Amino acid sequence: MTVTRFQELIAKNQVAHSRRRRITNAVMLSVTGLLTLLALIPLFWIIGYVIYRGGPTLNWDFFTQLPRPLGVKGGGILHSIEGTIIITFLACLFAIPPGVLAAFYAARNPNTTLGIALRFSTDVLAGIPSIVMGLFVYDLMVVPMKHFSALAGGVALAILMLPTIIRTTEEMLKLVPHTLREGSLALGAPEWKTSLSVLFPAALNGIVTGFLLAIARAAGETAPLLFTALGNDTFNVGLIVKGGVQAHQNIFTILGRIVNQPVDSLPLTLWKYAQQPYPERISQSWGVALILMIFVLLTEVVTRLWIENRKRSMQG
Amino acid sequence: MNNEKMQTKNLSVHYGKFRALTDINLTVQTNKITAIIGPSGCGKSTLLRSFNRMNDLTPSARMDGEILLDGENINVSGVDVVDVRRRVGMVFQRPNPFPKSIHDNVTYGPRLYGIRNKRDLDEIVEKSLKQAALWDEVKDKLHQSGLSLSGGQQQRLCIARALAVEPEVILMDEPASALDPISTLKIEELMHDIVKDYTIIIVTHNMQQAARVSDYTAMMMIDEHRSGRMIEFNDTNVIFTNPKDKRTEDYVTGRFG
Amino acid sequence: MLRKTFETEIKQVKDEVLLLGSMVEQAIIGSVESLKKRDLKASRQILANDIEINKKRFKIESQLMILIATQQPMAHDLRLLASTMEIISELERMGDYAKGIANINLRMGDQPLLKPLIDVPRMAQKGVDMLHRALTAFVNEDVDTARALPREDDEVDALYNQVYHELMLFVIQDPKSIERANWLLWVAHNLERVADRVTNICERTVFIATGEMVEIQNTDDEFWKEQNSTDA
Repeated sequence: MTVTRFQELIAKNQVAHSRRRRITNAVMLSVTGLLTLLALIPLFWIIGYVIYRGGPTLNWDFFTQLPRPLGVKGGGILHSIEGTIIITFLACLFAIPPGVLAAFYAARNPNTTLGIALRFSTDVLAGIPSIVMGLFVYDLMVVPMKHFSALAGGVALAILMLPTIIRTTEEMLKLVPHTLREGSLALGAPEWKTSLSVLFPAALNGIVTGFLLAIARAAGETAPLLFTALGNDTFNVGLIVKGGVQAHQNIFTILGRIVNQPVDSLPLTLWKYAQQPYPERISQSWGVALILMIFVLLTEVVTRLWIENRKRSMQG
Repeated sequence: MNNEKMQTKNLSVHYGKFRALTDINLTVQTNKITAIIGPSGCGKSTLLRSFNRMNDLTPSARMDGEILLDGENINVSGVDVVDVRRRVGMVFQRPNPFPKSIHDNVTYGPRLYGIRNKRDLDEIVEKSLKQAALWDEVKDKLHQSGLSLSGGQQQRLCIARALAVEPEVILMDEPASALDPISTLKIEELMHDIVKDYTIIIVTHNMQQAARVSDYTAMMMIDEHRSGRMIEFNDTNVIFTNPKDKRTEDYVTGRFG
Repeated sequence: MLRKTFETEIKQVKDEVLLLGSMVEQAIIGSVESLKKRDLKASRQILANDIEINKKRFKIESQLMILIATQQPMAHDLRLLASTMEIISELERMGDYAKGIANINLRMGDQPLLKPLIDVPRMAQKGVDMLHRALTAFVNEDVDTARALPREDDEVDALYNQVYHELMLFVIQDPKSIERANWLLWVAHNLERVADRVTNICERTVFIATGEMVEIQNTDDEFWKEQNSTDA
């Protein structure tokens, strides 16, 4: 068999090349592996340390009781958990509908003035520090209302969540193949029906991921809540239940009473307790930190599971 | 009844400044299959999409000239485009089933037009899937996702979806080009079966398919300004055994691609 | 150029057809020559060669089938391949005519010819010449030649009539010569059919080029057409 010029050229250094290649490969593999481990160290360190400090504090009482006065042992953070749930729920209520609708508009009309303005302002909003957001809502709502409230906290967090929701939803909508839209239009469907019945379900996986990311972020914010929800020590909803539902109160009044009051939230509690000189409070703040961390983890896991499940049912 | 189901008169289509089609005069016979062939980029798809006003989706598109459906011009501003698209359905090159169940894919169209009764919808689903030669393969799994089917089945699902609103004309844009040979033949068979109730216009770059399937063939080509024109239109038999225009001859014999 | 392979293969087929044509031409001339010279050995050779002619015909046929199956010929290409099938069939029949003449030579065996052959070799020469030009016109798609050639069939027909009348006279004068006269008439008939088949080849050539199948009339047909119309 005749040897080609190319084969001649490479034959010269065949052995040395091969060895050099193998060595380089091994070196690069070890270097990147090492650096990866390095990057993972802070993560595992934090997780480990928080579990170590906060683990002992976690018990049934912690989750179900209201705080005891300073210096007294025991008590829990029920009020914080309730507050976080209320504020986050309100934030979702305020952020998701307008966010999704705005994203639909921007995805369909990217080149109109409104579309361009929307994209620009979303980017700006995403960069504003959250404490500025809190101050803004303070002036907007807390001052005129003359008290702090969960409502104000919800609004502040909603503004925080808005950019993430709009951006993610828009990107996911853009990823839906245009053939799906054409298929619907070709059957005679109007644009809005196409968006609702075809595009939205198709992009749902990504959109929900966006929601969950936004929620996870918002639930961990402290700064905006400093000026809006302030924090409290009471179990608002529990108050209602304990006090009994009076005859003439309808659901709106009840809800209003819940949200129209200052509430505490987990990050807020952490911030407060960590600063107090009582060991009781400090260990409780570690407990809160652990809870927040678990919450983030849980959100990740739930999102992944939901997406996998949906994907599987799609593939059939 | 008139035998000319659809017709274009002096149809020209511009995308912004670029003229994609020049002066197309094509008559489509009722209950026949008309094929549009020609080299890539000659405007076949643009012409096809004119028949159901899908060019409107491109913002810079402008269509001049008449497009007649049963003698009435649909290329005017007052026309109900939604109704046109019900009467003139479309099947696309790549199968595009919605991310819904097989059943819901087919009922999407009828529901748009207000049909809600479950029994009516189920009837429509069965009828459409039978016409698309898919019923036997999916009748036991109607609630599975449309995306769980194979490529050929997905395309037949899209055909069933188009048939569910009982159009008068079906436009097919290279319907089998993404499919394997068996699926292709199945779709050609189904075209033969349904043509007695529908008028079909198919764009294809597969000449043998055009020869097998169509009654009439229109040959298109771009002119010196890169605008598409129709250079010959005749019975399919004539186009493929004795075409009159040399350019058609060169194209069908593969001397020009 | 697109379809270079296809073009090359078509050219190969045409070359084979010319080869087949020349085998047939040799057979026809050879069969008449050997009859003239009463060369029985040569006639036997012609019979053996006919097997080769048939083999070649089938070889070309299978090449054509393969091209049709694998190249999806359309329009002109389709007409060319389909017509070539026809033409090689005509050539094979012409080969059979030569074989027939050789057979007659063998049948006659020791008996002398009724008369020296003059017109019959002229018929053969003319026929073969026409065949040669027809095949050249086929290969070159020369429509004009193909249209004009059939007229020359008249010459062959005229020679046939002459032979016919001469042989009739022989038989009238000497009834015992009827067997040999019959054989010679058959030879002339075969050569006349050769020329007819050349006309078919010309018609096919015109079809390939223009897509129209036109029966090319010649004076003989016109004569019989008139006859038939006056009878009615």
